[in-house]
Amino acid sequence: MATLIIAEHNNSELQPATFNTIAAAKHLDGDTVVLVAGHDCKSVADEAAKAEGVDKVLLAEAEHYAHLLAEDLDKLVVEQAESFTHILAPATTFGKNIAPRIAALLDVQQISDIIAIESDDTFKRPVYAGNAIATVKSNDGKKVITVRATAFDALSHEGGSASVESIGTTEHGALVDYVGEELTESERPELTSAKVIVSGGRGMGNGENFAMLEQLADKLGAAVGASRAAVDAGFVPNDYQVGQTGKIVAPELYIAVGISGAIQHLAGMKDSKVIVAINKDEEAPIFQVADYGLVADLFKVVPELIESL
Amino acid sequence: MKILVAIKRVIDANVKVRVKADNTGVETANVKMSMNPFCEIAVEEAVRLKEKGVASEVIAVSIGNQQCQESLRTALALGADRAILVKSEDELEPLAVAKVLKTVVEKEQPEMVLLGKQSIDGDNNQTGQMLGALLGWGQGTFASKVEVADGKAQVTREIDGGLQTLSVKLPAIITTDLRLNEPRFASLPNIMKAKRKPLDELAIADLGVDVAPRTETLTVENPPARKEGIKVETVAELVDKLKNEAKVI
Repeated sequence: MATLIIAEHNNSELQPATFNTIAAAKHLDGDTVVLVAGHDCKSVADEAAKAEGVDKVLLAEAEHYAHLLAEDLDKLVVEQAESFTHILAPATTFGKNIAPRIAALLDVQQISDIIAIESDDTFKRPVYAGNAIATVKSNDGKKVITVRATAFDALSHEGGSASVESIGTTEHGALVDYVGEELTESERPELTSAKVIVSGGRGMGNGENFAMLEQLADKLGAAVGASRAAVDAGFVPNDYQVGQTGKIVAPELYIAVGISGAIQHLAGMKDSKVIVAINKDEEAPIFQVADYGLVADLFKVVPELIESL
Repeated sequence: MKILVAIKRVIDANVKVRVKADNTGVETANVKMSMNPFCEIAVEEAVRLKEKGVASEVIAVSIGNQQCQESLRTALALGADRAILVKSEDELEPLAVAKVLKTVVEKEQPEMVLLGKQSIDGDNNQTGQMLGALLGWGQGTFASKVEVADGKAQVTREIDGGLQTLSVKLPAIITTDLRLNEPRFASLPNIMKAKRKPLDELAIADLGVDVAPRTETLTVENPPARKEGIKVETVAELVDKLKNEAKVI
């Protein structure tokens, strides 16, 4: 028994969900090995080697791995797969993009987005936007799994002393060329790992009004999120979206402002520890999951809230 | 260029799903079924590519029981040219679906397969990527923009940090995200016209594909309920509760 984790990183540091995936692997028997594939990414391998719970790091460096394209990494992982019973990736857009390719090449039915590990072959995962939890047993020889980061608390980033081994690389398949990225720059915490999130919905009215939520977020050291309605309306970029098909979050405190609470949105945030809902419609479904509901005009009470913190 | 669009029939997005009392699954009897919303976006994108003159033919394919014909007729009413139903009484896993689609791709030879990024029942987000790997094709997943030129698809993808653009060599797999387009409504004349468009049926057993399940669903349960919350009257009361009761600020 041994587990291979496909690290998500940007060639300079690991993305936080990788640490949650390492934590999930500790519920499985055997060694935990992290594969860092990228370009000029030795520092990432060293970071992974220091992480608690990691027994070994495999480092594969090549120019065509720079953007972690699925069409190149899949073959690399498959080459390494023989030594492993479990292959794990975070259930982020990175992991969701690559893991099914690996599973198909290995002729394995992947288990997506697990929230608990019952045994080496049995896992819990949400279905129907989290309205049901399925317990699924895999009868495949190998398991290919994506891990919901919010369901597993990350272990320490320090204290480990795993060895780093460089491995051979695969050739560039040339199916896909990277063109570019437009990443949202923000000084605020990253949405999926933030302790506090302030989220806005259609009730915000327009993108400019999100400035109010940003002020509130800055008072609380919070990240800013949004419902699909707010993203579709163009108030904020797509990477703000919390929900079934956007980001899954579970902060200590989630403040939903002007969000009605469609089931698709609730699927992304209802595991938050404390939920506050501010909405002028007292019938809004968001109040059914809120610990504290305030039926009020958000344009009146949000400035008051900023003032009182 | 031929485009193949894969579609799935699922419990309608507006239905509140109920777990069966015996914990074997969710209630599907007398529940409204519709085309998976991400698949609708895929159909719309294929039809728009045809309207732009990029695609010459749009073929919709679905795998499932006889009722899936309805979803295929919807795709035809939205503008697909013909449809294929691969008949299966059993619910297939994504790997099996990908293998069945591969046989359809080999027969039809499309240059692009458009699929929804996930179905809103299983929430797996696997089929497109699996099909890409089985065919040895590149993929543009979670697409919010697709432009086809010079034998390539330039795909803008919604990723966790923002947007990423890739150039994918055709033939390719594209999976749709929410903001790729807003699907049209089928007009009555188009619904009538769709009834006369060809819809072929294939028996899954004739395809020679191993679709045996690899997983067993042991139980399906309700998620843990949240404890009932309270309404607060003022901002001051809210701040007090957050500080002294919940202790989160």
